[in-house]
Amino acid sequence: MSAAGLQRRAGEVASWIVTFLLMLVICLPGMWVVLTGFRPNGEVLAKPAVWIPEVFNLDNFAKIFGFGAEQIAIPVPAYFSNSLIIALTSTFVALLIGMSGGYAFARFRFRHKNRLFLGLMLARTVPGIALSLPLFMIWSRIGLIDAKLGLIIVYVALNVPFTIWLIDGFFRQVPQELSEAALVDGCNRWKAFWKIEFPLAKSGIAAAGIFAFLTSWNEYALASQLTRSTDSKTLPVGLMDFTAQFTIDWAGMSAMAVIIIVPALVLTFLVQKHLIAGLTFGGVKG
Amino acid sequence: MADIKLESVVKRYGRSQVVHGIDLEIAHNEFLVLVGPSGCGKSTILRMIAGLEEITGGEIMIGGNVVNDLPPRKRNISMVFQNYALYPHMNVRENLGFGLKIAKLPEDKVTERVKEAAEILGMSDLLDRIPAELSGGQRQRVAMGRAIVRHPDAFLFDEPLSNLDAKLRTQMRTEIKKLHQKVETTIVYVTHDQVEAMTLADRIVVIKDGRIEQMGTPMEVFARPANVFVGSFIGSPPMNLLPAAVRGGAIQIEGGVTVPLPPGRQVNAQEGQEIVLGIRPDDLTPVGHGISEGGPAFALKLEVEFAELLGMEAILYTRVGGREVQAKMFDPREISEGAVMEFNLSLNNLHLFDAKTQISLERG
Repeated sequence: MSAAGLQRRAGEVASWIVTFLLMLVICLPGMWVVLTGFRPNGEVLAKPAVWIPEVFNLDNFAKIFGFGAEQIAIPVPAYFSNSLIIALTSTFVALLIGMSGGYAFARFRFRHKNRLFLGLMLARTVPGIALSLPLFMIWSRIGLIDAKLGLIIVYVALNVPFTIWLIDGFFRQVPQELSEAALVDGCNRWKAFWKIEFPLAKSGIAAAGIFAFLTSWNEYALASQLTRSTDSKTLPVGLMDFTAQFTIDWAGMSAMAVIIIVPALVLTFLVQKHLIAGLTFGGVKG
Repeated sequence: MADIKLESVVKRYGRSQVVHGIDLEIAHNEFLVLVGPSGCGKSTILRMIAGLEEITGGEIMIGGNVVNDLPPRKRNISMVFQNYALYPHMNVRENLGFGLKIAKLPEDKVTERVKEAAEILGMSDLLDRIPAELSGGQRQRVAMGRAIVRHPDAFLFDEPLSNLDAKLRTQMRTEIKKLHQKVETTIVYVTHDQVEAMTLADRIVVIKDGRIEQMGTPMEVFARPANVFVGSFIGSPPMNLLPAAVRGGAIQIEGGVTVPLPPGRQVNAQEGQEIVLGIRPDDLTPVGHGISEGGPAFALKLEVEFAELLGMEAILYTRVGGREVQAKMFDPREISEGAVMEFNLSLNNLHLFDAKTQISLERG
């Protein structure tokens, strides 16, 4: 092999090593949590650490969902359903507003359009935690503490600027001539939107949906302030139930973490086929 | 099947007015071409007819009905867009049938009409492809197919060929002309390409800055341009324009020769009046290399600075009165730079315009 060839080979090897190390840093904590979820607490806490699992079963999951002999007094099913209701509803509403807003920003001319858009983006720059105290005070006055609706409103507000921004970009990519062609072809604006523009911006709307869902599904800081009981507590907040004054049930906590991760992963996989870019190619001359 | 009428149509965007009271009558089955430079308002006029643009003032009638406030879908027109505007997520069959399905036509009728349109345009084998799998010419054909399946009252074409390469453009031009003969529908066609306008139109409307400069058959507009703009816009290579004055019944070109007015030619010029003399390159040809129509000619010797050989003809660059002038040489031969040749200037085809108003001085 020539010197240049060797050098190239060495470069390739080095880049693989760096990639591996980077992926290790990114994936290891997640993998450790998943592995821990399937192992008994004893093995998790063993010293020296057991790196390769010896026992691997679903006991922790059975326990937290209240099946089997041993049960934990944590209402995981209730948290799960709260999380699902809150995340799905807030995503649905945020998408609805995002689609209307994004479409309006992309297609219509109206007064103060740019300022309004900038205002929306600025709203997103406020860190969520900075909102917790004012939110807590207002929500407690109007009776939205420990209510699913309270969290839904908060998550919708958090997600709307982002969904509008993302969906606006996707509608802009759909050439206006397409909807005009549909108007000439016999559609009204509503039909032209659903038949032509929506299918073409679908990938962007799906992407916005995933982001909105994940934001709501994973959010902890505000949910921990605004929820109290099984009526509204979400999974991330429920995770803290595994910590007692003197002990932490790491295995149970990890099992629940897996339960939090799995729906997000499943949803992402389900929706990703809609994320194929370049669908609009070919309709108009580029 | 309908005629289209525009009465004092005005379009304003905020404070700027882009269409200034256009009056236009398009007869049933007529092929009308709106031609003009970019930004002259021709596409806006077309979009107003389509209903895609609101009109600020005036009236638009299709088939005798005022359509000012009707949305595009109620005007029964079809439009072919410059960039095709095919629905990228539908195959050709669905693209063609889209309008019919929206109109809730029965499935078998849709299939029949799609088949018919595909046959007219020779694309029956493309029906299952999506737009991304088609060439530029094929996409253009689908766009036309989508327009004809609906059997509309009128077709509107918005610069449909400007995205195609030169060869394809010529081919599609012929197809559009054939299509018009086959489907017999009113066509309003917008282009900035005067060759397209000349070859396709029954009648040309030349537009500049939102105003109609001239209306007429292609030959009328070419042979008797109403003003300097029309003269220079229609015809390729463009008309040579030379400042001149009328002296002693002849035309004295500034800094150059004096050309006699042909006997019997009536013009509205007075002695001493400053004019612009328009000479088409086709009317200034080297002796023995022109297409003689037998009319009076004026001979002049000119030095050829440069020649562009185009095969059947050549464009010769020369100077008259210090200004560059293009002449045409039919059946050309090699010409050395700086060669002095004798040219014939066809006097019957001189165009005289008033220097101030730029309007033709032709009488009658």
